[in-house]
Amino acid sequence: MPAVSTVDAVFRTEWPRLVATLTRELRDLDLAEEAAQEAFLEASRVWRRDGPPDRPGAWLLTTARRRAIDRIRRAQRFDDRLAALAEDAERQPEQRRLVDDQLALLFGCCHPALEQDAQVALTLRAVGGLTTSQIAHAFLVPEPTMAKRLTRAKKKIRAAGIPFTVPDADRIDDRLASVCGVVYAILTEGHASASGPTLLRGDLCDEAIWLAETLASLAPDETEVRSLAALCLLTDARRTARFDASGEQVLLADQDRSAWDAEKIRRGIGHLLAANAGATVGPYQLQATIAAIHASADRWEDTDWAAIVGVYDVLVGTGAGPIVALNRAVAIGERDGPDRALPLLDELAEDLSTYHYFHSARAELLVRAGRVDEASVAFDRALEACDNEDTRRWIRRRRQALE
Amino acid sequence: MPKYAFLLYDDPANAHPMDSPEMAAEMQQWFAFTEEIQAAGAMLGGEALLGTEIATCVRVREGSTVTADGPFAETKEALGGFYLVEAADLDAAIAWAEKIPSVGSGTVEIRPIMEIPED
Repeated sequence: MPAVSTVDAVFRTEWPRLVATLTRELRDLDLAEEAAQEAFLEASRVWRRDGPPDRPGAWLLTTARRRAIDRIRRAQRFDDRLAALAEDAERQPEQRRLVDDQLALLFGCCHPALEQDAQVALTLRAVGGLTTSQIAHAFLVPEPTMAKRLTRAKKKIRAAGIPFTVPDADRIDDRLASVCGVVYAILTEGHASASGPTLLRGDLCDEAIWLAETLASLAPDETEVRSLAALCLLTDARRTARFDASGEQVLLADQDRSAWDAEKIRRGIGHLLAANAGATVGPYQLQATIAAIHASADRWEDTDWAAIVGVYDVLVGTGAGPIVALNRAVAIGERDGPDRALPLLDELAEDLSTYHYFHSARAELLVRAGRVDEASVAFDRALEACDNEDTRRWIRRRRQALE
Repeated sequence: MPKYAFLLYDDPANAHPMDSPEMAAEMQQWFAFTEEIQAAGAMLGGEALLGTEIATCVRVREGSTVTADGPFAETKEALGGFYLVEAADLDAAIAWAEKIPSVGSGTVEIRPIMEIPED
């Protein structure tokens, strides 16, 4: 049925616009979501019967406003929003307004007065249009837990007066960082969950890319926003190559690079170039640069490790934590050999003793240095520290290869 | 005459459910006390606060504002005072909190006031 697929086709673009406009007009995120949902339900019925309208977005907004009016009237209370809504239910917001509304929705959902878990859930719901059950499934939590998280967040928004507005110029950088942090959290959760039955959850990576590119289209001149879009795309471009036919993890060094998604790499590099045109340098930009250096090497042996170490030097200089220092040490190991890297790892041993990747990276370096017994012990430590079954299987395999 | 601040602490678990007969009875006690102290001319002001789950903590460290969900976790800091502030929304409230002299070393906990319907 073509009309139904029309609804699906416009959902991605129209859902956040609809929720954003309605949230401003209704001053109530919950009511906005409900009205938007009803409008889409009606669309799937009416468009199938009558065919899709010329301007689906306008149709949806008009319908959602009428549904909101019904809901407010049903609540039978005096409400100053009714007059404004009813007066001209068909008027459409201008392009600039639409951009601001969507940014405002993102800023509201990612407000730092909410916990990041709540920011992530709200963003996937209100901006991404995912259902509570889809979000719960993606984060491997029971649906009632996720429903409670969303309800609590919305209660706080209402009761504490968290605004859905674009913040003032002097605090927009902080608030953009909060929005970027949510997208990055979705990407990392999707890319490699710290624990859970399956390592890669592609749907969350898709969400992160979509959110990052949407944000980039709304704020195209923000260096870190563009860099985050680049990072999401360049990271996810390796998705299918990260696992072999039997579902086992494949290291970057051993991946079939022809399986990397060339279109995502192209788009990612495009965002990174746009970011590099700006005057500032930020952490996402540096991470994306490292991903881009990997993406532009045809073979592992061709990787420009000197350039990667250079970027890590800058990252470490920005006050990044011990994990970045670990990655820098590993890159130095590739550039100068394991004997240069191992002492750098020793300095991090205290901070990273519970991080499985520290022990497996150390084990790999020890293997290359010919210190097999120590490598075997390090793999054991990695197993102790790791909850993820996929990764544990991989560590066991690497350890067995020593024997 | 000296002035005193009364700070009311209780375990939220002791609260009766909204709309329960117990809550209705308790509200009568609150109204009775408020009427009595107002009639005596001893009450300068006072408000009920929404729960700690609605709280937001604001700190400023090295020039950057750190905003966090949740109430102030009691450590060695002590309550040193309070302002009752009217602001358009939470961002406007945070903007005031950032200007409080102690926000650079301590924490400002923002707790919305409970709107009690008059009937």
